[in-house]
Amino acid sequence: MTQYFLCFVLFCVGLYGMLAKRNLVKIILGLVVAEAAVNLLFVLVAYRTGAFAPIVEAGGGPTRMVDPLPHALVLTAIVIGLATTALMIAIAMRIYAHYGTYDIEEVRELKG
Amino acid sequence: MWHVIPLFIALPLAGAFLLPVLGRGRRWVSDGVSLAVTVSLCLGSFWSLTKLQESAVWVYTVGGWKPPFGISLVLDGLSAFMLVTVNLVAATVVLYALRYLDAFTGRWQFHCLFLLMVAGMNGVVLTGDLFNLFVTLEIAAVASYGLVAFGTERHELEAAFKYAVMGSIGSLFILLGLVLLYSYTSTLNMADMAAYLQARESGSLKGIVLGFFILGFGLKAALVPFHAWLPDAHPSAPAPISAMLSGVLIKSLGVYALCRVIFCVLGFTPAISEILIGLGILSMLIGVVLAVGQWDFKRLLAYHSISQVGYIILGVGLGTPLGLAAGLFHLFNHSIFKSLLFLDSGVVEQATGTRDLRRLGGLNHRLPVTGGTTLAASMAIAGIPPFNGFWSKLLVILAAIQAEHYWAAFWAVVVSVLTLASFTKVLKYAFLGDLPERLRNVHEAPVSMRTALVVLALICVVGGVLWLPELRSWFLDPAVGVLGAGPAGMAESLVRYWP
Repeated sequence: MTQYFLCFVLFCVGLYGMLAKRNLVKIILGLVVAEAAVNLLFVLVAYRTGAFAPIVEAGGGPTRMVDPLPHALVLTAIVIGLATTALMIAIAMRIYAHYGTYDIEEVRELKG
Repeated sequence: MWHVIPLFIALPLAGAFLLPVLGRGRRWVSDGVSLAVTVSLCLGSFWSLTKLQESAVWVYTVGGWKPPFGISLVLDGLSAFMLVTVNLVAATVVLYALRYLDAFTGRWQFHCLFLLMVAGMNGVVLTGDLFNLFVTLEIAAVASYGLVAFGTERHELEAAFKYAVMGSIGSLFILLGLVLLYSYTSTLNMADMAAYLQARESGSLKGIVLGFFILGFGLKAALVPFHAWLPDAHPSAPAPISAMLSGVLIKSLGVYALCRVIFCVLGFTPAISEILIGLGILSMLIGVVLAVGQWDFKRLLAYHSISQVGYIILGVGLGTPLGLAAGLFHLFNHSIFKSLLFLDSGVVEQATGTRDLRRLGGLNHRLPVTGGTTLAASMAIAGIPPFNGFWSKLLVILAAIQAEHYWAAFWAVVVSVLTLASFTKVLKYAFLGDLPERLRNVHEAPVSMRTALVVLALICVVGGVLWLPELRSWFLDPAVGVLGAGPAGMAESLVRYWP
C-alpha cells in the first residue's frame, strides 16, 4: 500500500510543478515527474509477490509469473513522453530566443 | 474488405515519413503526396461506409494475433461516421492549404505534421484497443502541438506551450484511468473489457476511472472547466490547422473517445447522463458568453467551438436515441461549418493583414466568394433554416424536451440566440457596409482555395438532407446503433465478428 501512496504523492508533486511553477523549465520537469509517477504505477500493478519473470523454456516456466504486458506498455509510454518533452523543450528554447526569459509571467501576452 | 482498414493509418503515416526524404526543396512533391493521400482517404472512407452496410462490423487483427491478445482495428458504424468526418475535412483543408502556404516557409514540414495528425486521428477512430487509442491520440496531439507553433512567432509559441502543457495533463489522466482499468480487467481489448465489466460488479472502480477519463478527454475536447487552452491555441495556428483543430481534432480525440469509452466500455448510467448534460450546458453558455465580446475574428470562432461542443455533449449526454442522433449530427455539421469559418478567416487575414473585426469592413465588395461562404457558415452555426446547423440544433432541443430536460432545452435556445448575435456582428463589421480606403486593393483567394470554401459551403447548405430517412439509415443510424447497443453490443461483437 505504501508504494501506491508514494506513487500518488509523486504524481501530485509533478502536477503541482506543472500548474504552480512560473519557470518554463520547471513546468517541463513537473511533467516529467508526473509521467514517471504514472509509469511507476503501471509497473506496480503488474507486480505479483514472489513471482518470476515469465520466461518459458522447454521444460516449462515458473508457475507464478508477473504480468509482462505493462512493461511493454510503459516502454511505449516513456517513448511518447520523450517526444512530448523534446517538443516542449524546443518550444521553450524558441520562447527564450524571443523574450530572453523563461518566466511565464513575462511571456504572457495572450489573454485567455 | 476488412483488409483496407489499416490503410487509413498506414497511408498517412507512410506519406508523413516519405516527405522528409523526398519533399525537401521540391514543393510539388509535398503538395502532391499530401493531396493524394488525403483525397484517397476521403474517397476510401466513403467507400467503406457504403460497403459497411452489408456487414455491421469489420475487424482487422494486426499481425494475425487473435483478440483479446493482439491489437485489433475495428470499423463499426460509429468509426465509419467519424472516419468520413475526419477525412472529408482533411481533404478540403489540404486543398486550401496548397496556396495558403505560399506565405510560409517549411512547406514539407507542414504536410509531414499534417499527415501525422491525420494518421493519429484515424487511429483513434479505428482502434479497438484502449492502449493503442492512447498511443494514436498522442501521435495526433504531439503533431498538433507542433502545428500550433508553426509560425514560431511570440503568440504561436506561447499558445503552443500552454496547449502542450494542458494536453499532456489530459493525456496523463487518460493513462491513469487506463492503468486502473487494466489492473482490474487484465485486458486492453475494449470489447473484451466491456464483456469483463458486464459480467462482474466493479463497485467504486468504475466511478474513479470515469472521473479520470472525463478529466482527460474533457481537456482534449475543451469542455468548460478545462477549456482555457483552446482560445489561445486555435487562433494562433495557421488557418488550415485551426480548421482541423476546431473542426475534427477536438471531436475525434475528445468527444469520440469519451463516447466510445463511456458508452461502449464502462456503460452509460443516469448519473453519467447528469454529468454530461451539466458539462454540456456549462460549455454552451460560457463559450458563447465569452465569444460575444471578442473582436479577434479567429478568437471569436474558437470560443464558439467550445460552445458548439457543448451542444454535442448535451445531445449525447441525454442518452436517448434521438439525443444521440442529434449530438452526432451536430458533430458532423459543426466540423463542416467551423472548418469553413476558420478557412474564411484565413483568407481575410491573408488579404487584409489583420484579424481585428473593427479594422475590417465591406469585404463583400472585394472578396465575394469568401463573403458568401462566411454567410452560409454563419447562418449554419447560428441555426437559421435551411442550413445544416438549424436541423441538428433543433433536434438537440427537441431531444432535450423529449427527455424532459426543459432547462437544457431553454439554455440551448438562449445560446442559439447569442450565437446569432455574435455572427451578425462578424458579418456586419467584416463583410457588410463600406469598404475602408485601406482595403481597396485586397484580392480574393486563388481558385484552389475558393474551391475548398465552396465545397464546404455547399455541404452547409444541403447538409440537412442527411436527416432524411434513406440517408440517415446510411450515415447516422449505424453510429447511433453502436452507442445505443452499449457494452453489451460491444461484447457481443467480440464473439460474432472477430475472425
